[in-house]
Amino acid sequence: MSKKRIATVWLDGCSGCHMSFLDMDERLVELFQQADLVYSPLVDLKEFPEEVDITLVEGAVSSEEDLHKIRLVRERTKVLVSFGDCAVTGNVPSMRNPFGANATLQRAYLENVTLHPQVPREVIPPLLERVRPVHEVVKVDVFIPGCPPSADTIYQALRDLIEDRTPDMAQLTRFGA
Amino acid sequence: MAQTVTIDPITRIEGHAKITIHLDDQGIVRDARLHITQFRGFEKLCEGRRFTEMPALTARICGICPVSHLIASGKACDALLAVRIPETAEKLRRILNLAQIVQSHALSFFHLSSPDFLLGMDADPAKRNLVGVIQTNPQMARDGIRLRQFGQQIIEWLAGKRIHPSWIVPGGVAQPLSPEKREQMLAGIPEAIDITQRAIEWFRSIIPQFSEEAQTFANFPSLFLGLVTETGALEHYDGVLRVVDSAGNVIADKLDPNDYQEYIGEAVEPWTYLKFPYYKPIGYPEGIYRVGPLARLNLIDRCGTPLADEAWAEFRLLERGAVLSSFYYHYARLIEILYALERIQQLLNEPDILDTHVQAMAGPNRSEGIGVAEAPRGTLIHHYRIDKDGLITWANLIIATGHNNLAMNRGILQAAKHFIKGDRIQEGMLNRVEAVIRCFDPCLSCSTHAVGQMPLHIQLLSPTGEVLDEVRR
Ligand code: SF4
Repeated sequence: MSKKRIATVWLDGCSGCHMSFLDMDERLVELFQQADLVYSPLVDLKEFPEEVDITLVEGAVSSEEDLHKIRLVRERTKVLVSFGDCAVTGNVPSMRNPFGANATLQRAYLENVTLHPQVPREVIPPLLERVRPVHEVVKVDVFIPGCPPSADTIYQALRDLIEDRTPDMAQLTRFGA
Repeated sequence: MAQTVTIDPITRIEGHAKITIHLDDQGIVRDARLHITQFRGFEKLCEGRRFTEMPALTARICGICPVSHLIASGKACDALLAVRIPETAEKLRRILNLAQIVQSHALSFFHLSSPDFLLGMDADPAKRNLVGVIQTNPQMARDGIRLRQFGQQIIEWLAGKRIHPSWIVPGGVAQPLSPEKREQMLAGIPEAIDITQRAIEWFRSIIPQFSEEAQTFANFPSLFLGLVTETGALEHYDGVLRVVDSAGNVIADKLDPNDYQEYIGEAVEPWTYLKFPYYKPIGYPEGIYRVGPLARLNLIDRCGTPLADEAWAEFRLLERGAVLSSFYYHYARLIEILYALERIQQLLNEPDILDTHVQAMAGPNRSEGIGVAEAPRGTLIHHYRIDKDGLITWANLIIATGHNNLAMNRGILQAAKHFIKGDRIQEGMLNRVEAVIRCFDPCLSCSTHAVGQMPLHIQLLSPTGEVLDEVRR
């Protein structure tokens, strides 16, 4: 069996799910012997590669950039995993939805400002009007809830996925775990 | 003549931190800009929530330093209650904060930066990462993993969970420390101190190899700002704000953190989601200052623990006046880990540390509260207003990484001046800029993505905005 190609990506999340991934501690060493981490904010800098077996997605879809990125990731990934509550439900980032993108931007860049109040719009990607969970935008194969999912949960889920089993999430975690 | 390079829209969106470099009519570098492309919106999205939710909610600003937000938020909530929290609760919060400094600095030094030191700034990026360290220097990788783990473990033992624990509550903490956990923590400290001292020694030994980096990595005069104790020692939980200039002179001292709006202003630029705090008495953008480990070690008169004081004294010999090279943020981080471990040990040995009275009970007594603490990356400010039912009506947050925004941009400009020849970006620019940014250890998830290793995209622009050259990773 050839080594599985794993990737992790970040959309609108707090990086806590990635930190929980690092909390696998020494098990990371073992994992990297059985699979290649081909793309991740933690270890690699290249463009998102072709033919990835498993991609963990942290965060909700919040900007135009997130939207483009997740579509590209979906195209190039066999098993797409919504990793953590933000990806699964929209969680904290989606709390801006009742206010809308504009009111949220106004607070930060027009009200809470000493100098040059203005909403930044040059070069940076515009926000989507509504923050959405990943499966509202692309097809998702596996959901790992938790804010963040514990390192044990991530480890168990990855083991299963690497060995072509479907992880039984109900046994491992729950929302807000 | 200048050639326009077309940018493929797919790869363009890969860049989370994007940099543009602007030339003037003479073809000389005029400006360099770091564009932060993510916006979180916490100042608004918490509106209408009960203030008691704020610690747990704002912890979700950042998974690398959730404890900092728990602490600053907890303190802002204490101010709303208008209570003095039990002394034991304050000590336990301090331990939590220090444990986070250990884990976060360990992540920055070992997981993210040591690949540059071990494999060289220009090594293949596919190898220049944690996995590369595991392969070339397994001892160092194990040390780093172990040290971060110890910090995370203390957080878990105290607060029940490593990331986003809900243990800090308005008025104190939810659970006292158990005698068993105290023993476990104390037992781990000697090994952690050994690892840290080993790393400090190793870092000192490689400084000569990196003299060029030390000279050119965001090395410029600026102010430094942060908390110190009333008597000028290192402080991360409470205390007063101090500002020093590049000669190391104290220019403002014993500032009440509650008055932060009098001396910290925030400016907006149209090309980034990260605002630009500046020192108000001097103005924008001349009121540039740095925060975080380097700043803190420049501000203080001493650390306040024996081993860290020795290491600090040696550190201050690096330069006359304040240490100005941002390359030494790395060094400062290691010294702070040492301090944090010694201080945790002292606090655990305090006679009242196991006291079970750890929460002051009250309802909201004030309509406005401010909490200020030192996060691993610098001064963190939470400021809330509530209505009579205790629901948030307004919030202002100044995140540690934000304070360094002007300095990061200036550091990139410095590198650009060095690496732009004519209308071309020279070889090495990408690695250099990345390493300069990494000195600051920007916790960009507070405002953007990337734990320091970022898919960078640099564009060189003519005065009319034409793309002359670009590099990306
Ligand atoms: S699920 Fe929780 S830990 Fe993960 S990114 Fe979202 S807020 Fe952070």
